[in-house]
Amino acid sequence: MSISVSCRNVGKTWAAGTPRAHEALRGVDLDVADGEFIVLLGPSGCGKSTLLYLVAGLEEATSGEILSYDTPVSGPAPDRSLIFQETSLFPWLSVWQNVTFGLSLGDMPAAERRKIAEEVLTRVGLRAAIDKRPHELSGGMRQRVAVARALAMEPKVLLMDEPFAALDVQTRAKMQDFLLDIWRGSGASVLFVTHHIDEAVALADQVVVFTSRPGQIKEIVPVDLPRPRDPFAPEAQDLRRHLTAILSAEVDKAFAEQEQEAAS
Amino acid sequence: MAYQATDERGSSAAPSGFQALLGRFKGPAVAFGWTIVSVGLFALIWEFLWLVGLADPKLLPPPHVFMGNIGEQAQYFNTAQRWQIGADPTAGPTPYEAVAITVFSSTMRVLSGLTLAAIISISVGIAIRYWKMVENLTLPTITLLAPVSPVAWLPVAIFLFGIGNAPAIFMVFIALFFTMTLATITQIDSVNVNYLNVARTMGASKRQIYTRVILPAILPGLLIVLRLNLFGAWMVVLIAEATGVGYGLGQVIMLARNTFNPGLVFFTIVLIGLLGFFFDFGLRMAQRRLLYWLPKGAGSLA
Ligand SMILES: Nc1ncnc2c1ncn2[C@@H]1O[C@H](COP(=O)(O)OP(=O)(O)OP(=O)(O)O)[C@@H](O)[C@H]1O
Ligand SMILES: [Mg+2]
Repeated sequence: MSISVSCRNVGKTWAAGTPRAHEALRGVDLDVADGEFIVLLGPSGCGKSTLLYLVAGLEEATSGEILSYDTPVSGPAPDRSLIFQETSLFPWLSVWQNVTFGLSLGDMPAAERRKIAEEVLTRVGLRAAIDKRPHELSGGMRQRVAVARALAMEPKVLLMDEPFAALDVQTRAKMQDFLLDIWRGSGASVLFVTHHIDEAVALADQVVVFTSRPGQIKEIVPVDLPRPRDPFAPEAQDLRRHLTAILSAEVDKAFAEQEQEAAS
Repeated sequence: MAYQATDERGSSAAPSGFQALLGRFKGPAVAFGWTIVSVGLFALIWEFLWLVGLADPKLLPPPHVFMGNIGEQAQYFNTAQRWQIGADPTAGPTPYEAVAITVFSSTMRVLSGLTLAAIISISVGIAIRYWKMVENLTLPTITLLAPVSPVAWLPVAIFLFGIGNAPAIFMVFIALFFTMTLATITQIDSVNVNYLNVARTMGASKRQIYTRVILPAILPGLLIVLRLNLFGAWMVVLIAEATGVGYGLGQVIMLARNTFNPGLVFFTIVLIGLLGFFFDFGLRMAQRRLLYWLPKGAGSLA
């Protein structure tokens, strides 16, 4: 099986070489197999978003290297799509124009792009909203459009930074099901950030748990449960208990550190 | 009352197109109503002060006096041609036409200056952020000149352009250019970094990021800056006209001052006020048209 993303000893220090240098990630080794669903779990501020930015090519690692399909990542590329923590649709474009923004950067004619938009929006269940403007949509719909926009690029790697964090529990559960459908249909690998243990257990092939800052991989927990998953199955409960235990130790540590930092 | 009655009857049936239309114009109509009330109240107080003898009609003629004899005021509105030596005083436009020509000239000067300033300062602002070298070469000078009052540029305008339309347009341009350029830069710097990152992950070039993301993202803020500077543009044009760039509302005020004609002063002030009001209204409509995505209220300064 080929490796869609490979992180080798990756470290990131923000503002390196200045008095405000700030180490966010240290020595991250991670291989994501083709078509695998990886969830990154860790306390707030441990560098999860930072890692996604590095894989997306928006920021450069200060040490180590990142490969995607054996090619070093040296900048953003359309086959690695990032879905952001907050909505990031362009308010001045309609839904379908947003969805095909990436395609419009080339010279694909509008009619063809609209066809693609129709197709992808159908997949996210928003065919009817094709001519709406982002401000006319609810938060959940906007995130689905953001997913559609990523899908339109036919990415091999989907990077998702807490895409459902702002949604209520029921909507989030729906969006998770929907995401799993999309993932199965697209064959892309997914790197999904969350700090919800339930979400991690519901989605992941493997859960990567990070330590508090500087983020290092503390443990990689495989989730060998058949899909669709029953959240109340005893195995799922055990996994949640295990993840809660390692995570809460890290959160305690993070709090203590932040207190110390603030005091000094 | 009539409106309410239709409303009640209509509520049982499907809302008609007429009602939708009424609903759409209700907001602006109410705002306009309050404008009339506000201005009317002010005029009433003035009239009252005149009635009880507190406002001397020779110095502060009440509205019914200076608005009552528009024909008489209009005769002072002269276009440059009528003042030229040797011109036949009976030739040329009638007084009413002269008012129209004067208003039109001042308006066109403001509009031209505004358009020029908007286009050039947005271009310069973007160029400054796009090419570091442009920033190095121009930004210090622009920042140095920004706090200079537009009035200080008046002699420069006359040295450069003599009299006529050009110096007045130049004055409007200069009054807006520096602020608008600096505002453009500020707006560019505050574009949501997520927008830029989305474009970058989709493979947009620097040029595409500027034309497809930054430009639409900064327009709302810039239109507000333009609106805030609109009144400033009017003031500058009046100053330019008063100092003899030719005919125009500013020149009429100056004439009124020199001939001690308070009625003419107030009449002209009313004209200027109305023009400014409709200009602002027009820009606000343009803003709504262009920036349909902004929720009502936000960014409209309404
Ligand atoms: N652009 C930046 N410049 C400097 N420091 C940054 C920057 N972005 C993040 N950091 C710092 O890097 C660390 C990791 O941030 P990051 O956003 O990756 O955390 P996170 O794990 O995504 O947290 P959360 O779960 O709260 O989103 C934090 O301490 C943060 O202050
Ligand atoms: Mg984050």
